[in-house]
Amino acid sequence: MTDTAPAIELKGISKAFGPVQANKDISIRVMPGTIHGIIGENGAGKSTLMSILYGFYKADAGEIFISGKKTDIPDSQAAIAAGIGMVFQHFKLVENFTVLENIILGAEDGRLLKPSLSKARKSLISLAEDYGLNVDPDALIQDIGVGMQQRVEILKALYRQADILILDEPTGVLTPAEADQLFRILGRLRSEGKTIILITHKLREIMEITDTVSVMRRGKMTATVKTAETSPPELAELMVGRKVLLRVNKKPATPGDVILDVKGLRVVDGKGVERLRGIDLQVCAGEVLGLAGVAGNGQSELLEVLGGYADGTGNVTLNGTPLDLSGKKSDGQSRRARGVAHVPEDRQREGLIMDFQAWENNVFGYHHDDRFNSGLLMDHAAIRADAEDKMARFDVRPPDPTLAAKNFSGGNQQKIVLAREIERNPDLLLIGQPTRGVDIGAIEFIHEQIIALRDQGKAILLVSVELEEILALSDRIAVMFDGQIMGERAADQTDEKELGLLMAGITDTENEHSVAEVEANLARAGGDASKEV
Amino acid sequence: MDYITLIQLLDSTVRLATPLLLACLAGLFSERAGVFDIGLEGKMLAAAFFSAALASITGSVWIGLAAGIASSLALSAVHGLASITFRGNQLISGVAINFLAAGMTVLIAQDWFAQGGRTPSLFGGARFEPITLPFADAMANVPIIGPLYEELISGHSILVYAAFLAVPLTWWILFRTRFGLRLRAVGENPAAVDTAGVSVVGLRYAAVAIAGLLCGVAGAYLSTALQAGFVKDMSAGRGFIALAALIFAKWRPWYALWATLLFGLFGALETRPDVIQSVIGIKVQGQILSALPYLMTVVILAGFVGKAIPPRAGGEPYVKER
Amino acid sequence: MDVMPKWAEVILVPLISLLLAALLSALVILAIGEDPIAAVTLMVKGALGSTYGWGYTLYYATNFIFTGLAVAVAFHARLFNIGGEGQAMLGGLGVAIAALYIPWPHWTLALIGCGVMAGLLGAIWAAIPGWLQAKRGSHVVITTIMFNFIAAALLNYVLVNVMRPPGSMDPASARFPEAVHLPTLHELLAPLGIAFSKSAPANISLLVAAAACIVVWLLIWRTRLGYEIRAYGHSQPAAKYAGISPVRITMVTMIISGALAGLMAINNVMGESERLVLNATEGAGFIGIAVALMGRSHPVGVFFAALLFGFLYQGGAELALWTSIPRELIVVIQALVILFTGALDNMVRMPLERLFLMFRRPAPPANSADSEPKPGPRSGQSEGAE
Repeated sequence: MTDTAPAIELKGISKAFGPVQANKDISIRVMPGTIHGIIGENGAGKSTLMSILYGFYKADAGEIFISGKKTDIPDSQAAIAAGIGMVFQHFKLVENFTVLENIILGAEDGRLLKPSLSKARKSLISLAEDYGLNVDPDALIQDIGVGMQQRVEILKALYRQADILILDEPTGVLTPAEADQLFRILGRLRSEGKTIILITHKLREIMEITDTVSVMRRGKMTATVKTAETSPPELAELMVGRKVLLRVNKKPATPGDVILDVKGLRVVDGKGVERLRGIDLQVCAGEVLGLAGVAGNGQSELLEVLGGYADGTGNVTLNGTPLDLSGKKSDGQSRRARGVAHVPEDRQREGLIMDFQAWENNVFGYHHDDRFNSGLLMDHAAIRADAEDKMARFDVRPPDPTLAAKNFSGGNQQKIVLAREIERNPDLLLIGQPTRGVDIGAIEFIHEQIIALRDQGKAILLVSVELEEILALSDRIAVMFDGQIMGERAADQTDEKELGLLMAGITDTENEHSVAEVEANLARAGGDASKEV
Repeated sequence: MDYITLIQLLDSTVRLATPLLLACLAGLFSERAGVFDIGLEGKMLAAAFFSAALASITGSVWIGLAAGIASSLALSAVHGLASITFRGNQLISGVAINFLAAGMTVLIAQDWFAQGGRTPSLFGGARFEPITLPFADAMANVPIIGPLYEELISGHSILVYAAFLAVPLTWWILFRTRFGLRLRAVGENPAAVDTAGVSVVGLRYAAVAIAGLLCGVAGAYLSTALQAGFVKDMSAGRGFIALAALIFAKWRPWYALWATLLFGLFGALETRPDVIQSVIGIKVQGQILSALPYLMTVVILAGFVGKAIPPRAGGEPYVKER
Repeated sequence: MDVMPKWAEVILVPLISLLLAALLSALVILAIGEDPIAAVTLMVKGALGSTYGWGYTLYYATNFIFTGLAVAVAFHARLFNIGGEGQAMLGGLGVAIAALYIPWPHWTLALIGCGVMAGLLGAIWAAIPGWLQAKRGSHVVITTIMFNFIAAALLNYVLVNVMRPPGSMDPASARFPEAVHLPTLHELLAPLGIAFSKSAPANISLLVAAAACIVVWLLIWRTRLGYEIRAYGHSQPAAKYAGISPVRITMVTMIISGALAGLMAINNVMGESERLVLNATEGAGFIGIAVALMGRSHPVGVFFAALLFGFLYQGGAELALWTSIPRELIVVIQALVILFTGALDNMVRMPLERLFLMFRRPAPPANSADSEPKPGPRSGQSEGAE
């Protein structure tokens, strides 16, 4: 091989947050002019590692070498000086500044703005030529789309002469078309000699674009391999530490009456953008309807409006009686009274009060129920007893109802929410991202509970960005794209390829598309299938 | 109302608007950087006392001014420590600073001068005297322009001119310099500044210090130019009116000038009920005028007359997150 | 995870903050050439050494309980009501209207009637900023500050132009009729054979204030409304999810808060001055902030913090009387308490947390009964990592 020094070399990096070891003795080598993927489950420690490289956190132990030279990176400024640029999952842009102002921020020449701005304008033109990164320099960030904002982030790094570019889950917020463009840009940057680190939990993206890949699991680096010499199943096994068999044992569904009937549902957000553009769907008793799609295509809005905390228009009936979609009768309380239970997508922000103890969270949303109250006052003893009972049956660990919600692990937090929502015997369960940030053991338990509820004859609307989960749990699958339902399939008569096309907004899945188009769209769709198409 | 009365009214408007303007610009710097400051009142009060006290002791108003600024900066440092370094509640810190100033000024005044919480009256070099601009006397007899120049434009203390010059200067710093760009960015999205390799803490401290400086000048003006000496609680809610003006001005320098002039006019009218009566024909109670800046601000805040959108990261301590 | 045990959070942190404030105050006293120990002795003697002193201490404490509870209730919904002063002024207006224009047959009825009016006007004065916050998004801190000034102007206007008896030069209302006179502690305790100073202003309102503490405790920790207020304060998105209306909670909380602040008037206006004067509130609305912060927004904490401030106020008055230390020393102490317990509490908490962590390190964390690591409050990254 060559004797060029690696662009980045990390040796023995460790980092702990209190009792949690986020990174354990991690070593990694990335050669210049390559794209290196880092893959792992949520919470595997990928972002922590990159934040250390970008000077956001200080490692407890370990060394960093940039182009063979030992480098200390105490802060972001040092990282920038070392030629490292980072595109965060959540963009770090000033919304009411122009593109140009965002680009020069922190990298100005001299005390006055004028020379910096004209210099940046010129250099933006040449960057656009070199890498195909076109943006309007005078547009305000708040007026441009997410894909364009990401481009500004990349330009920011390039303007600072970054040779090493770190991208943290860059496709999570992108439409397939935008993701496609991003990957073209990354390819171009690589051919210009830039080194790129791509953090993701999507196997597809790793297979598509990277040269080498490192796998992280529970804070440790489990393997580093050449992408060409590995396969998705092997990577998946490395990621979770055992063969992944997300097969849930379930009998065929026996659907009953229509419980939820949605017709022409529309939602307009605060900015006047139509997020749901006429949704039609039905969920029957005793079945799971899975809603697949890339995040941000209207799934969250659908859950919110059905859960009663966003306004919409259209015709929605529950058990044949109309549901109010706005006004006084459209809130979480009225929905619960009608037999709608809701496990929200973001349990820490919505599903739980993190500072409340487990027993208090146990009645959250149901605190008006008679059995939890005696007269004017709440019946704490009854609530506590009920919480203890649920925690025991849902195997919440530790089974201590006086512990604050924030002190439970993700899986146990989810069990607390799930127990609360399921145990009230709802007709319809809305459930969003049931296993996001949940460990494998708890995933199986949660999946079993959902299927058990289905078998009791309840209607379940499942939203998940994990296609695998959708396929494992659903009886029917609807795919959302840009606020609309692209199509509906029976779960046992479809596959990830077909769903992937729908998620990319391509509806005529019968016809043959150009190989490039199919491959590209599939790759962005966030699936997890095998490499060959 | 005759022309001379009008000129006199505007003249006192300018004098009453000056401390409001300085404090308002102080708040503008701080809040544009994302640090709420309801302690403008306290900083002004502390500065008013220390300027008057040192001016009285040394006989030099300039030493007084420096002492006033220093005391205001010290309170700014407390505010910075609480709201930037220790990420405490910025509003509560501001409340504490107001009380600290209200108590300490009287306590020290009593200890130093034993005159019931006031300083001795200032005269001569211990006060900022009005400056007569060139040709003011010569022009006094020119019709229309003469009185305008002689009464309204000439004859203010240097701090008044400084305050008015501070407006374009503030605008220039905020919108034409690197520092201004970063300052505005840190009030909108500190994470953007942090990841760009610029210190959020440093910028915020700088902004809070500038606020201290401007409040210091405002306080010194109160006790050594507008009046001749310090009396207990002499800031009399001006810090809060400045805060109101800041919202009224939607956190912009030029608007701040117009807002504080308007509120200064209310103050001037309060002392001249006869003028209002002669102009609009009805007697307006002084209490209504004194409540007017607050009422107008509430109306503005309610969004009935254009929406005032504060800096997005205002009031939030910055915690590093990915 | 919680680094510190609950007792440290609830007792140790405020206590250390208070000690810091006391230490600085002592330095201030030293700096102005007085002896802090002598000053404290004098304060204790003046405030607690006689029933006269106690009578004033308890009178002040009564005011501070009401305003402290007002701020505390709002804090639970993460609303910072700085408008206690204005709301208490309006409460005074309510008491004056009820006492002067309604012929009350007996003080018990008058107390109820005047109390209702005081609470009502205080509630209205808080409801407007509450509505502006809930419906128009105007920051309640700024609007309540503005409303304090508007209240002062309003009161000034009413006293000068409307309520001032003819011929009087004083901007004050007429004296209330004898029938609305509230029994003082002297009158209340005399039948029990306890001699209490006749000239001290503490009155039956103290019992109302104590009852208010219990009611607020029940409200916040035992009722559904309190549960919803706390839930909303902790997480607005979660409250929305659970069907708790942000508008309703903001309005109801501000109304309760304003009513409590307004109720203070039964003590200072009805119980003490027995007429409405300018500046009747004497800054008690602002002291409520310090009291609520020190009391950690808990009624029991508020009760004791109010007693402490009552002691400081009466002691401070004695100091001003007998030494060259002006009353404003109390304002300084109040400022320091607010600063240390409210704004600089992280300065106390951070080193304390480190200390607890140090002692804990050898033993496994107390609440990890199983082997699962618990995510820290800010390390969402590690969530679910096992």
